[in-house]
Amino acid sequence: MELFTPDFGLIFWMFVAFAILFFVLYKWGWPAILKGVESRADLIDKGVEYAQNAKDQLDHARELADKTLAEARRQQADMLREADRMKTQIIDEARDAARKEAAKIMDAAKVSIAQERKEAEKQFRNEVSSFALDIATKVVRNQMSDSARQKELVGSLLDDMEKQN
Amino acid sequence: MHILTHIKKTVALLALMAIAVICPVAVSASENDSTENKIDPKEIIFEHLGDGYGWEVPFNHHKRIPLPIIVWGHDGLHCFMSSRVDHGKTYTDGSATFKIAGADSDHKGKIVEIIDGKEYKPWDFSITKNVCALFITVILVIWSIVAVARWHVRQGHKAPRKFVGAIESLITFIYDGVIKPTLGAKAPKFAPYLLTVFFFILYMNLLGLIVIFPGGANLTGNIAVTLVLALITFLITNIFGTKHYWKEVLWPDVPLWLKFPLPIMPVIEIFGVFTKPAALTVRLFANMLGGHMIVIVLTLLIFIFGAMGAAVAGATTVVSVLFSVFMLLIDVLVSFIQAYVFTMLSTLFIGFGQENPHEHEKAIGKEVAETVSHE
Repeated sequence: MELFTPDFGLIFWMFVAFAILFFVLYKWGWPAILKGVESRADLIDKGVEYAQNAKDQLDHARELADKTLAEARRQQADMLREADRMKTQIIDEARDAARKEAAKIMDAAKVSIAQERKEAEKQFRNEVSSFALDIATKVVRNQMSDSARQKELVGSLLDDMEKQN
Repeated sequence: MHILTHIKKTVALLALMAIAVICPVAVSASENDSTENKIDPKEIIFEHLGDGYGWEVPFNHHKRIPLPIIVWGHDGLHCFMSSRVDHGKTYTDGSATFKIAGADSDHKGKIVEIIDGKEYKPWDFSITKNVCALFITVILVIWSIVAVARWHVRQGHKAPRKFVGAIESLITFIYDGVIKPTLGAKAPKFAPYLLTVFFFILYMNLLGLIVIFPGGANLTGNIAVTLVLALITFLITNIFGTKHYWKEVLWPDVPLWLKFPLPIMPVIEIFGVFTKPAALTVRLFANMLGGHMIVIVLTLLIFIFGAMGAAVAGATTVVSVLFSVFMLLIDVLVSFIQAYVFTMLSTLFIGFGQENPHEHEKAIGKEVAETVSHE
């Protein structure tokens, strides 16, 4: 049967056709495609690796930023607390100083008041005594109008002096 | 709305089926008058599956696209168009007379030279239908692969889309899925041949399924074509075969009594060297031929049963068309599978020829080590 007996002409042309096909594809077909596919695969691999690295770096950077931010917040809180503390301290100190000053002033005032009072008392005493002397003088003058009484007084005064000595 | 479209579809389908039944009835009614339209299924099948000096035109049994006939007769080279010898005509070119041998001749359907009233077969290099289809396939394969290659050179690192993407996925499917795992480091050396074979067979198979002009030639279902392909695989396997491969063939690693004094195993191995390409030849040839034959037979059933009456013909038409569509769809799948199988087996055979004792021993050593470690 014709189908099972290979035809010489067809075998010949098959060889020719396949040789042409193989030559053309060997020269201008497969190398470019296989190289292209390979280099593209490499590129994709590299790209993925690069993206992975970038992501890692980004994650790292974010972590770092978070850390820095937390640190800054902590510092800020510390500073605020410190400032608060200092404020209280300053106020306390000021209050202390004011109190001391006030006390000093009060003391000084007290001293001066006491002095004044003493002075006033002295003055008052002087005045009273001078008044008393005046009054006494007047009284004495009235009473010492007679010499008998003068003698009596002098005698009593001398007695007193004797008693004292 | 849904139900309405459903009903429409059903009605359309029923109408189509009715037409399918009625048409053959009408045809058979008109053809019943001419009794000379006797169908010879065998003739038709082999005419369609075989080669020819002209290319059939659809809907016309007499006209054919003429193709060049090139023959080396007793007095040298003769070239003429096949239209000069169609329908049993003889053609005299110089001192030589040619005709296409009739049904009663030994060289039925082939071009013969008539010398003194006797038919002699000249060296026939004609561009027959199959040869023409062969070159059409070669052009198509070159065009599609070179297009992909040019795309790679021009815009290398973009994502391949559409046609380039489709072809490239096939290339990587074969290269990464078949060639690389089998041949390993030797893959780039043999990949051009194996990929060429795959695309050549795939295109031949698919073109064979198209019934009109650029297709329709039963190329891979022709033993000459598959024989050449298998022969090339055979040559590559044995020319590039390593020393170890030849040692395995001529002095295999079996007990001595199997190879001396009676060389039983070497004979089997040498026999195997030749049966491998033979299996390649027959597998592809038989598969494709079978597929084509079933489709033609299913189509012919319409005409065979047509003789039994209109109603039978109508019913057969519906069944036959459904079955041949189904078979053609299967054939599309088979086209791919057979191209894949041929490439895979070629890779395997070439791979056998590339074995190295070192690697082999290393593999065995590794296996032994693994077994020991498992225990």
